[in-house]
Amino acid sequence: MTATSISVRDLTLNFGAVSVLKTLNLDVAEGEFIVLLGPSGCGKSTLLNCLAGLLDITDGEIWIKGQNVTWAEPSERGIGMVFQSYALYPQMTVRGNLSFGLKNARMPQAEIDKRVARAAEILQIGPLLDRKPGALSGGQRQRVAIGRALVRDVDVFLFDEPLSNLDAKLRSELRVEIKRLHSRLNNTMVYVTHDQIEALTLADRIAVMRGGIIQQLDAPQVIYNKPANLFVAGFIGSPSMNFLHGATVDGGNAFELNGVKLSLEGYEGGAVGARAKAVLGLRPEHLEIVGAAEPGRTIPAVVELDEPMGADSLVWLQAAGAQMSVRVPVERRLARGAEVHLRVDMTKASVFDAGTEERV
Amino acid sequence: MAGTLRRIRPFRNIYAKIAAIPMVLTTMVVFVGGTLWTVTYSFTNSKLLPKLNFVGLDQYERLWSNSLWLTSIQNLMIFGVLSLVLTMGLGFLLAVLMDQKIRYEDTFRTVMLYPFALSFIVTGLVWQWILNPDLGIQHVVRGLGFPAFEFDPLSNPDTVLYGLLIAGLWQGTGFVMCIMLAGLRGIDEDIWKAARVDGIPTWKTYAVIIVPMMRPVFITTLVLVASGIIKLYDLVVAQTSGGPGNASQVPAMYVYRYMFTAQNLGQGFAASTMMLLSVLIVLIPWAYLEFGGKKRG
Amino acid sequence: MTGQGPRGAKPRRRLSGRNIMLYGTLLFVSLYYLLPLWVMVMTSLKGMPEIRMGNIFAPPVEVTFQPWVKAWAEACTGLNCDGLSRGFWNSVRILIPSVILSILVASVNGYALVNWRFKGSDVFFTVLIFGSFIPYQIMLYPIVILLREMGIYGTLWGLVLVHTIFGMPILTLLFRNYFSSLPEELFKAARVDGAGFWAIYFRIMLPMSLPIFVVAIILQVTGIWNDFLFGVVYTKPELYPMTVQLNNIVNSVQGVKEYNVNMAATLLTGLVPLIVYFVSGKLFVRGIAAGAVKG
Repeated sequence: MTATSISVRDLTLNFGAVSVLKTLNLDVAEGEFIVLLGPSGCGKSTLLNCLAGLLDITDGEIWIKGQNVTWAEPSERGIGMVFQSYALYPQMTVRGNLSFGLKNARMPQAEIDKRVARAAEILQIGPLLDRKPGALSGGQRQRVAIGRALVRDVDVFLFDEPLSNLDAKLRSELRVEIKRLHSRLNNTMVYVTHDQIEALTLADRIAVMRGGIIQQLDAPQVIYNKPANLFVAGFIGSPSMNFLHGATVDGGNAFELNGVKLSLEGYEGGAVGARAKAVLGLRPEHLEIVGAAEPGRTIPAVVELDEPMGADSLVWLQAAGAQMSVRVPVERRLARGAEVHLRVDMTKASVFDAGTEERV
Repeated sequence: MAGTLRRIRPFRNIYAKIAAIPMVLTTMVVFVGGTLWTVTYSFTNSKLLPKLNFVGLDQYERLWSNSLWLTSIQNLMIFGVLSLVLTMGLGFLLAVLMDQKIRYEDTFRTVMLYPFALSFIVTGLVWQWILNPDLGIQHVVRGLGFPAFEFDPLSNPDTVLYGLLIAGLWQGTGFVMCIMLAGLRGIDEDIWKAARVDGIPTWKTYAVIIVPMMRPVFITTLVLVASGIIKLYDLVVAQTSGGPGNASQVPAMYVYRYMFTAQNLGQGFAASTMMLLSVLIVLIPWAYLEFGGKKRG
Repeated sequence: MTGQGPRGAKPRRRLSGRNIMLYGTLLFVSLYYLLPLWVMVMTSLKGMPEIRMGNIFAPPVEVTFQPWVKAWAEACTGLNCDGLSRGFWNSVRILIPSVILSILVASVNGYALVNWRFKGSDVFFTVLIFGSFIPYQIMLYPIVILLREMGIYGTLWGLVLVHTIFGMPILTLLFRNYFSSLPEELFKAARVDGAGFWAIYFRIMLPMSLPIFVVAIILQVTGIWNDFLFGVVYTKPELYPMTVQLNNIVNSVQGVKEYNVNMAATLLTGLVPLIVYFVSGKLFVRGIAAGAVKG
């Protein structure tokens, strides 16, 4: 069990009458990479700003490295922060940007030079040190922005959508670089994004947020395979999960919709009980198109459309009154109107209560 | 674990609060305090010095029975309406002309706007000279062979306001033109393309599409110009000194006279309170339109 | 940005009726705008005999700079006959501290309003903006009392304070709008870097805002130079700014009217704002437009 690096306790934040964060609790272990993920307006960036001390909270406490920093200034919290727009000071050179915080802390010049040199070496921005931010490319700017957090020599890094302003190619390059940086420095990182690929690839644990509340906090694989509720299930995964609205019958052993019955044998959630309204969630890659019906294991379907996506292809079908998508190898072409059957891998499925929207 | 180090709120961001002191003092002491002070003392019979000797509405009764004040108000109304309509109308028209992708746009704009950089004193004095009956325009035209030509607005009580208007328009129309032009340039090019595709003639596009879209610009300009007109003072002082006789007096001159030369402070306060009231009549509907419907959020 | 050239489609070269109307109107209007400047210059270069004989629009037959010399160094106001130079230097002495102080205060206001909002800061700002519409007349006397209490009534510093107060609404609006257009993350990054209120203002905000400071300077130099009312009310005759002295010279009832000297004096007074205007070009337009943009 590693020590706790950041501890958020009953954090509440109101803007006037609007409640933005609602008694939120979060513990981050030392060296852990936490991603705050959610749609815009879910409070993820707000939470990060609270951690940084850039927003005064309404209630609760924030502890960093065993210190109560709830009312400490941002610079006193032992954090470094990287912003979406890079936020480099345009009138200063890269060197000036990196050393500005250290100068404010009245650090001796020799130490500043040493730290700047180290950061430049790690991020490979040595040749850029005497340039102004305006003369750098987007990727270089973001490296400098990371460098600014790096020179502070702190244990906690806060990232606020750092890659959103970059194009797709640079984004994946820098994503790898951030991951490499984390494994090299092994410090605590809190990373805000709305991009699930970034979340799934970078995170030790993902906190999926909506409406100022953490919906699920878990390892990426758990979030992906066992979403805690309908929102998480629908938000994670692209193309998104198929939802079938029906009922659980036979004492919770089967799922029924529009007269089609599927056996819940193998479902990892255990006994689900009989529910008049339930939702069965199936990811497109956990379905298989087969020719013949297998009672209790397949759903009859009609092919509507297929979308080749390069490596594989997405087939849209009409199945038992619902529209569903299935991922198939790209070589497999299906004619429009073809009548097929979808075999369900029940071990990977999720069942939700339609009322509470929680997983059962 | 307990014992939070929660600092006392007033001391957070202390420098920001110190830095805001000038603004707080200006708004609270000068703007709000000064206004309330003057309004309060307008109900007193203060003469040479302000005294809290309340006499009810006496000052206002005296004000509204004073022919000088009535002339001032009448002048302001006539000048105000004419000046508002003409600066707005001509300003918009000039802006439309300037928006026709003309050559030398910068030169034309420079020429039309330079009077706005000059003070009302300079404006008033130069137009006083040009309108001089013995040596100015009238004299020149008569010299050209029209001995009966009459153009002497400043000497005639019935026309002196038009003399002021000529100078006022010269000074202010360029400003309105610039704001309107900025408003026209702010309109999406695609609107013009769409109108052209639909075959709507240019004049009709302006009338039916552009003018309604520029409503906020019109309203803002209107408020700026109107509140400037109510403050009208320097121009009259320089160009006519309120004359001939008292024919071109305006409220601001009345206030100055009673406050600083006639030593009848109460009367000056009452008059300035009426000026405030007239601004509020312009301002409140505007504020209601601008900020009313949509609460902040 | 492609320089000064016209934008859009290439204008039709031929002299269409539309173009004749368009340029004809614009030229005619330009004449109305330029006429007073022409008359001022011409009159100021003529001798009085020529003015009495001739036509105010005609250029001088015999150019003389005597009126300028007289206006600058000899024209009389009351008992003083040392010309407009006194008013000029008074105006300069009023202008410099007023411009510096008003811009400093207003830029800090704007910065605090955008980046360091505190409870009630929006209320103060709203009152400030509404205050700019209140007729000055209603605040004239209370300010007399305030200045008297502070012991600076009738002094240069009293007038400087008045200019700072009345310049505050428009300048604060100008700076607030500008600072709120700067990325907020820069401010956040500086906070994380441990910079405080003044460090962020001087090290981050100020270096990024030079253009808006130039706009503010243009606005204030022309505004304060052209002021008449505050100069009359809050200073003594020996400290009168140039506009007040000019009015006293030209509109004095004693003596023979010397129109050429009057026009030279008028031109002299208008010279500072005119130079600012012609040198600053588009920045001036930006400055006056700033007054029209709502907060």
